Amino acid sequence: MIERRPAVAELLKERGNALVVAGLGSPVYDVFAAGDHDLNFYDWGAMGSAAMVGLGLALSRPDRPVVVFTGDGEMLMGLGSFATIAQHRPSNLSIVILDNEQYAETGMQKTATGFGTDLAAVARACGIENATVLTEQNEVASLRPKLHARSGTMVAVLKIRPGDQPRTVPEREGTLIASRFMRGLAADDRARA
Amino acid sequence: MDQDQAIRPWQRDIYSVFKAANIRHVSYVPDGGHRGLINLCGEDPEIGTTVLTTEEEGVGLAAGLALGGLRSVLLMQSSGVGNCLNIFTLAENCRLPLVLLVTMRGEFAEFVPWQIPMGKRVGPALELMGFDVFRAEDAATVGDICAGAIDQAFYSNRCTAVLLSQRLIGRKNWSK
Repeated sequence: MIERRPAVAELLKERGNALVVAGLGSPVYDVFAAGDHDLNFYDWGAMGSAAMVGLGLALSRPDRPVVVFTGDGEMLMGLGSFATIAQHRPSNLSIVILDNEQYAETGMQKTATGFGTDLAAVARACGIENATVLTEQNEVASLRPKLHARSGTMVAVLKIRPGDQPRTVPEREGTLIASRFMRGLAADDRARA
Repeated sequence: MDQDQAIRPWQRDIYSVFKAANIRHVSYVPDGGHRGLINLCGEDPEIGTTVLTTEEEGVGLAAGLALGGLRSVLLMQSSGVGNCLNIFTLAENCRLPLVLLVTMRGEFAEFVPWQIPMGKRVGPALELMGFDVFRAEDAATVGDICAGAIDQAFYSNRCTAVLLSQRLIGRKNWSK
């Protein structure tokens, strides 16, 4: 089983020009704990939407890697997204699912992955060929460069050790999160021009 | 071609409005009433299209596209609005522009009773969710109304919806 905070921190090291979406609940806190950044979009609500927000970013900005960090519960609520994403298969989209088989925010109730649903297999069956499951901490480092390769849509399910983490909470106001993101993206584009 | 689903002049008008407004992506769960517009957008290399498994996916998609600087429109049938309600809060919380073009069922000579409940409630439901709601009843003014809804969404960071009257599409021929 993988420790979530070190894993997310590892994957966000040297993030370069990546755009990051965090699905509600623990992934929001994990991504923030790895370091706040203008180009983190914290999706605090609209459960089920994170992967589709990622698709929109990937389609509008094919020049940048887009990484969605989300949980098993949030991904399950948007399961159809895999099929919708597969019609485009954008080369620059990665979805990292932090799968602890629980709804952590609401009392650690088991999700469907706890009853056997394999999200990587679902993604493959929907048409996303590159969908794998990671179970060991030492597999995470080699995943990191793949997020930046823009060589095809990728889904990586990390089987996470359940348990509480230090409470690290980013900005909650959506207008600030969104406008900071868009302004940050424009500024980053100018800096890289 | 099935007369129900031939490209109507008002659909061509909407497509022209899309071009003038620089709409670069259209997502949809298809409805017969949108078929002509979907075809026009699909044939245009400057407009990306996405077919959705459920309408609420289009709301997340529109948000991601907006964050990345691309204008989009969501096409759906009135029944699909019901599927979207909680995901609308993403646009509301972040004040992101969102445009829905909704072909109405359940309001005129409706053959399928299952369409009636959502058809009756879609206007009030969208109003409750904070949308600026416009109705288009008359083929001659559809283009102008859609242009206004699109401009309001992008100028003022609003969620807007145009309800395209069932009479525009006419009676579906159930005898075939």
